[in-house]
Amino acid sequence: MEAAEHGLADRRFAGIDIGASRTKVVLLDDRKQMLGNAVRKTGTDFGETADRCLDDALGAAGCDRRSIKAAVATGYGRKNVAFITETAKTEISCHARGCYQLFPEAMTIIDIGGQDNKIIKLDAAGRRISFKMNRKCAAGTGAFLEEMALRLDLPLERLDGLAREAAGIVELGSFCTVFSATEVLGHIRQGRAVPDIVKGLFLSVIKRVLEMDSLVGSVVMTGGVVAHNPFLVDMAREMIDNPVRTPEHPQLTGALGAALFALDAASHTEPDT
Amino acid sequence: MAEDKTPPRLKSAAEMGRIMAEYFKELDAAAKDGSRKIAWCTSVGPAELLQALGFLVYYPENHGAMLGATRMATDMIPAANAIGYSPDICSYLTADIGSYLNKKTPLTKAFGMAGPPKPDVLVFNTNQCRDVQDWFAWYAREFDAPLLGVYTHRNIGDIEPHQVGDIARQIENLVEPLEEIAGRKLDMADLRRAVGLSRQCSDLWKAVLDTAAHKPSPITFFDGTIHMGPAVCLRGTEAAVDYYQKALLPELEERMANDVAAVPGERFRLYWDGMPIWGRLRDHSKMFADLRTNVLSSTYCNSWIFTALDPDDPFGGMAKAYTELFIVRSDAAKEAYIQRMLDFFKVDGVIYHDAKTCPNNSNCRYGMPQRLETATGIPSLTINGDLNDLRLVSDEQNKTNVEAFVEQLEEGR
Repeated sequence: MEAAEHGLADRRFAGIDIGASRTKVVLLDDRKQMLGNAVRKTGTDFGETADRCLDDALGAAGCDRRSIKAAVATGYGRKNVAFITETAKTEISCHARGCYQLFPEAMTIIDIGGQDNKIIKLDAAGRRISFKMNRKCAAGTGAFLEEMALRLDLPLERLDGLAREAAGIVELGSFCTVFSATEVLGHIRQGRAVPDIVKGLFLSVIKRVLEMDSLVGSVVMTGGVVAHNPFLVDMAREMIDNPVRTPEHPQLTGALGAALFALDAASHTEPDT
Repeated sequence: MAEDKTPPRLKSAAEMGRIMAEYFKELDAAAKDGSRKIAWCTSVGPAELLQALGFLVYYPENHGAMLGATRMATDMIPAANAIGYSPDICSYLTADIGSYLNKKTPLTKAFGMAGPPKPDVLVFNTNQCRDVQDWFAWYAREFDAPLLGVYTHRNIGDIEPHQVGDIARQIENLVEPLEEIAGRKLDMADLRRAVGLSRQCSDLWKAVLDTAAHKPSPITFFDGTIHMGPAVCLRGTEAAVDYYQKALLPELEERMANDVAAVPGERFRLYWDGMPIWGRLRDHSKMFADLRTNVLSSTYCNSWIFTALDPDDPFGGMAKAYTELFIVRSDAAKEAYIQRMLDFFKVDGVIYHDAKTCPNNSNCRYGMPQRLETATGIPSLTINGDLNDLRLVSDEQNKTNVEAFVEQLEEGR
């Protein structure tokens, strides 16, 4: 049943994903169209960042808070934004919901975030079969790339371009981010080309993720690390037999899922008009 | 008014506290005045034989768990690491030895004891793991006390007579050196009595845990980890039998009769495999209760059920009981066991705890969760952590994992 039949037209539905690294907001209309979105560095005050990020998204959508019919929070800070919404879902469920909306088929979602990775498997009906998060170690996450960029004295945003320039690849052997940094320093000392080292870092990220779980169906890659380093997706395509897709906004699928849950909840509670 | 999700407390806890205090008081007094010999024993070691020879029995693993539950362990472990006991080995061992080195123990606050009672003998059974042998060996050197042991069989499928016979002989071979230390001869009537009481305790403990099959369950796994104290430390005594028979079991039966749920509004029923995370018992109890989900049964608590104990065949019965233990069985036998448990307790999902320092009791490392999911269709979640070393526990990761798992169960309904 269309949401509009429940009198939800002109109402907005907010998904707020307060991640360890970045906060993301997506605003949807009753037809599940994205009207606005925003991303901010999360920082230390989850509530304030979410508040501002919501304002950014509302500004982009050209509407105000009164138009928000329902909101759902997700991510590490999901319980810290009670002034916006007390409804929270884990990022596992929200990524699953967001990705299935975009690719309605059986899939394995690979989400590479700032401080954790997730592998989520969905069946053809969108039901979650299983999920896994990385273990305690942050190897293979955005934090790994941040640390390596620091060691290489490179701005994060240059990594993708450098990896594309690589003529070869320097493979890293260690699980540990700190030991990897030592390896990288050794390669620099040996005069290896920086682009080859950066490509090796990307390979390390993909290997850490692929060893977490097996893959079923098509692979959908999401997360801020994928959004800012699309070369990762190109490399994954070469390594994975399954078809690999990525959404238009890989960083926003969690917030999108949260907004869809908000719309679902409003659809269930709105009286017929 | 918001629904109260706080799990109701079991009233029997006060009585359990009393008998455990009596147990430690007796140990402390004997250590001070030398009136009774003290034996240190592994948690599934030949405790009944020691009791029959008049020893008071002290269990270092219980002390390890106390160090964990009081969250002292993480501060004690580094002292053991520094003398060569790796942070990767059993954190009961490292916490306990660290506690000794630091001269700090939860026994002081709980029972006014300066430390564990000095042993006259240490007796292990490697059925728990090889670490117990190294653990006891350290104290044997420290106290210059005799060290005796039973060496288990491992990866056991069906129990074979030769395995039981071998363990029975090993236990019988302990008698002579133990008699010498005890200064008295073994009276078989005393051994039969201790084994009989231990069997009664075991049967009652099983009845306690089986109440979790009721919907809603009157007990949680977290309750079980606390109320197993007498089954571990006082089996073979009348105090343990009385506690379960007269206090805990009747209280749980009353809850069942009145449909009183240990987790109010119980929606999902989970099984826990592996060690508890001792320093997070209360947090986990609340976290699951908030999700109206009851972790109601576990391999861990059920590992102190010894139905093979037989007063008419004390050595054979002990050998069989301590050999059919889950922890020494093959993966196929373990999987068959867990399947029976999931069926009996009407379980919706399984949580495997991958405890970093306890490979012997982390059953998720060789594909078991995947095989059991395929066989039963019951979903599972593996969480990473540790029994005692909280440096290895990520609360945020665990919380998100558990909430996401419950959301998955909701979607499946």
